[in-house]
Amino acid sequence: MTLTQPSSPATAASAGATVELIDVVKEYSGQRALDEIGLRVAPGEFVALLGPSGCGKTTALRSLAGLESIDGGEIRIDGTNVAHVPTNKRDIGMVFQSYSLFPHMTSLENVEFGLRMRKVAADERRARALEALEMVGLGTFAQRFAHQLSGGQQQRVALARALVTRPRVLLLDEPLSALDAKVRVQLRDEIRRIQTDLGITTLFVTHDQEEALAVADRVAVMRAGVIEQIGTPEELYSAPATPFVANFVGLSNRVDAQLSGGEVSVYGSTLVALGTPLPDGPVTALVRPEDIVIDPSGTIDATVLTSSFLGSLRRTIVTTADGTSLSVQHDVGERVAPGDSIRLRLRGNAVSVAARE
Amino acid sequence: MSRGPSTAVRIGTEPSKIMRGVILTIVGVVFLLPLIAMLEFTFRQGFEGEHTLDHWTTLFSPDSARTYRSLFTGITNSFLLAAVTVGIVLVVLLPTMILVHLQFPKLRRVLEFICIIPITVPAIVLVVGLAPVYAIVVRVFGGSIWTLAFAYGITVLPYAYRSIQSNLDAVDVITLSEAARSLGAGWLNVLWRVLLPNLRRGILAASFISVAVVLGEFTIASLLNRVNLQTAMLQISQSDPFVAVICALLALVLAFILLLVIGRVGQPKSTKQAKRNRSDS
Amino acid sequence: MKGDAESDTRRHPLTGSAPAPRFSRFRGLLKYVGLTPFAVYVVIFLAIPTVLAVVTGFFDAEGGFTLDNISGLFEPVVLNAFLSSFGVSALSAVIGSIVGALVCYALLGTKPDGALRSVISSGSSVLAQFGGVMLAFAFIAFIGSQGLVTVFLANTFGIDIFENGIWLYQVPGLLLPYIYFQVPLMIITFMPALEGLKSQWAEANATLGGTRFTYWTRIAFPVLAPSFFGSLLLLFANAFSSYATAAALISQGSFIVPLQIRGSLISETVLGRENLAGALALGMIVVMVVVMWGYSILQSRTARWQR
Repeated sequence: MTLTQPSSPATAASAGATVELIDVVKEYSGQRALDEIGLRVAPGEFVALLGPSGCGKTTALRSLAGLESIDGGEIRIDGTNVAHVPTNKRDIGMVFQSYSLFPHMTSLENVEFGLRMRKVAADERRARALEALEMVGLGTFAQRFAHQLSGGQQQRVALARALVTRPRVLLLDEPLSALDAKVRVQLRDEIRRIQTDLGITTLFVTHDQEEALAVADRVAVMRAGVIEQIGTPEELYSAPATPFVANFVGLSNRVDAQLSGGEVSVYGSTLVALGTPLPDGPVTALVRPEDIVIDPSGTIDATVLTSSFLGSLRRTIVTTADGTSLSVQHDVGERVAPGDSIRLRLRGNAVSVAARE
Repeated sequence: MSRGPSTAVRIGTEPSKIMRGVILTIVGVVFLLPLIAMLEFTFRQGFEGEHTLDHWTTLFSPDSARTYRSLFTGITNSFLLAAVTVGIVLVVLLPTMILVHLQFPKLRRVLEFICIIPITVPAIVLVVGLAPVYAIVVRVFGGSIWTLAFAYGITVLPYAYRSIQSNLDAVDVITLSEAARSLGAGWLNVLWRVLLPNLRRGILAASFISVAVVLGEFTIASLLNRVNLQTAMLQISQSDPFVAVICALLALVLAFILLLVIGRVGQPKSTKQAKRNRSDS
Repeated sequence: MKGDAESDTRRHPLTGSAPAPRFSRFRGLLKYVGLTPFAVYVVIFLAIPTVLAVVTGFFDAEGGFTLDNISGLFEPVVLNAFLSSFGVSALSAVIGSIVGALVCYALLGTKPDGALRSVISSGSSVLAQFGGVMLAFAFIAFIGSQGLVTVFLANTFGIDIFENGIWLYQVPGLLLPYIYFQVPLMIITFMPALEGLKSQWAEANATLGGTRFTYWTRIAFPVLAPSFFGSLLLLFANAFSSYATAAALISQGSFIVPLQIRGSLISETVLGRENLAGALALGMIVVMVVVMWGYSILQSRTARWQR
């Protein structure tokens, strides 16, 4: 079996391991970076840890790697508690944000390193390393040093290096954050493609929600050491559980509304309330900008504040009669100018709601 | 959870506490011993191992001025030389460095090379060529001691240059002066109100290091037959070793405190940069 | 902006005629005036003395060209001095660099702005650069004929360390004070290199299955090698050019090259040659240039890897 042989679903499942974080606690000088966090990743699954700086996502990843010790809870790989297993015995592959290639070694030597640690014979080592470099598209760069490679190329070598040993788990710590925008998009698709081919269980830390939604099977949105919501990208987008998630994943307008009998009244329309069930009373409705439509026959009166051209769409900020600001996303053909009076209506018959904060 | 050695120790980026303690203690003791020996020496009396404070008290008593005149001359000379040398650094080197940094970026390598030459051409070599130069200097400026500072300005070049240049690099002087100019400031204002306040750290460091170098300089003074702190100490040691050692100790302590203060003053936000190497989320 | 009066020197904004070209060239030259004080200073007190030091070796007392002084470099006395200089410099550099590197290693992980680092850094600066004469005193007090240790060993164990002559005042005796300022110099020059080791390398090594041993042998040592050997060369240059400590310890005698220079500056003729000092200076500069050139090559290698 070679590194690049595409796996059937059956072998994909056996290539990756199950990863579990069970009530993990990590404290730094009295503050909890991880607050009894729980997560279960299925074999071959690609999970993104998404959140702002300081939310604990990198701490969680590094604890999995064994680069941080934990103060409570368990970390299990394939059912075994690995808390006492040092990093170099956990059989993981890790890609860091930057500067992780050994500067005095060529790309090939870098990729061979893990195999050398596992005492693989020189011929086999070289062959497998070259193959790994081919897999990331850098087969002809084997003799280059890190300082002779661009940022994107360095990260590809780092990826090849992490994968060549066929680890059970692949950990990526913001691997694209230091790269240019175009390179970032290219590389994230490649990472996903390779991961799917190999079927390795993968955890991917990022603060870029677009990135997370684009590549992951499931996304865990973290804040202050806990996972606020975990679900598929579609779930997170259309049914955010909290205003924080709604704001972090895409834009959303917060509108005060009253919940009664599973329905809310927002700007005159009655909509079904989505999300975790809440008691009747005041709630916050989370309305996506693309769910607000400019319609002369609409019921919402508003005045345009600003309108921005974003290439494939327009985003306009308006103020409604009661003084609320709304962000509206619409076609580029619909041009509006500051000061215009327009009318809006809400699209669809459901809306996410969250508790008033 | 088990609280074994920290991760940094386990993966090898840091030594274990024991290793650190052992190395630092052994080296520390070995390096303190000669200094302690110096201190012990200053308290000695006779050859039977008795100790006394006499040597210290005679030095600081009123009539010591007469007996140790050359020593005090040496001390005052050295401080005078230090002051003039710092003057040369501030009046000649500093403006040139700012000028090159702002207006002549291509000359930067040249300036750097010039300021590194004194390391390759050490004092003992330089002094061979300084003797004829100083014959002329004495004719122009007279034979006072302060003219020696011209040579000292060269000796301190590498140290002063490094201090000021790292400050220049850290502060992005070019952008600041462009911003000030765009707001209407003339060059004098730019220099006085914008640049110099931001270069305080480098200037202070350069000045203190220059003082320390001048106080410790021996080669040029000795081979040009001038009297400074170090030559006076050596001369005195022939007749009264105790006073010489006391002076040496005090000079070492003074230099240590000077440099400790620079070290503290020159603490920019560099520690925050070091912490950002590790992700903080 | 096109037509900006500053950038367009060819057309006067109001009259449309070109301004006198001589004026703008004059403005250009005026900038260089600012560089003259420093240039003059450096020429008089650095360039000229250096040239003189290098060149006087080729002239005799009357000003005639001669190779006499240069040939004096190959007299046994002088050759021995060079050898002794090389020996002491090399040995103190090797010992100093190893011990200094160990101390730097021990300091890894301590707070950069903490008390320990501040004290060690300041203390190292003092001992490395400004010791000179004072170090000589320290060692005389420490292991001189009446030194603390000498007396202690004689009284407690009956050992006379100077049984075979007072070696402190000869070349072997230079080794100890030299190591005393070489170790601190190593700490100052090598610490930045150790701190330049990225934590990601150690972490990557761990995730790839390596141990502390493999990290140090396969990654840290190779990466640090250029910097280590560069510092070693710097230490060698430092000891080779050092004068004050030797002058203070050895009041008469010219066992090493700097002391040879002293000898030939103080008395006018040495070995029957008037300008031996110049020849010696030339010899020293040649050595220094070679060593510092090697140092700069290693430094650029370091910079490439530890960006």
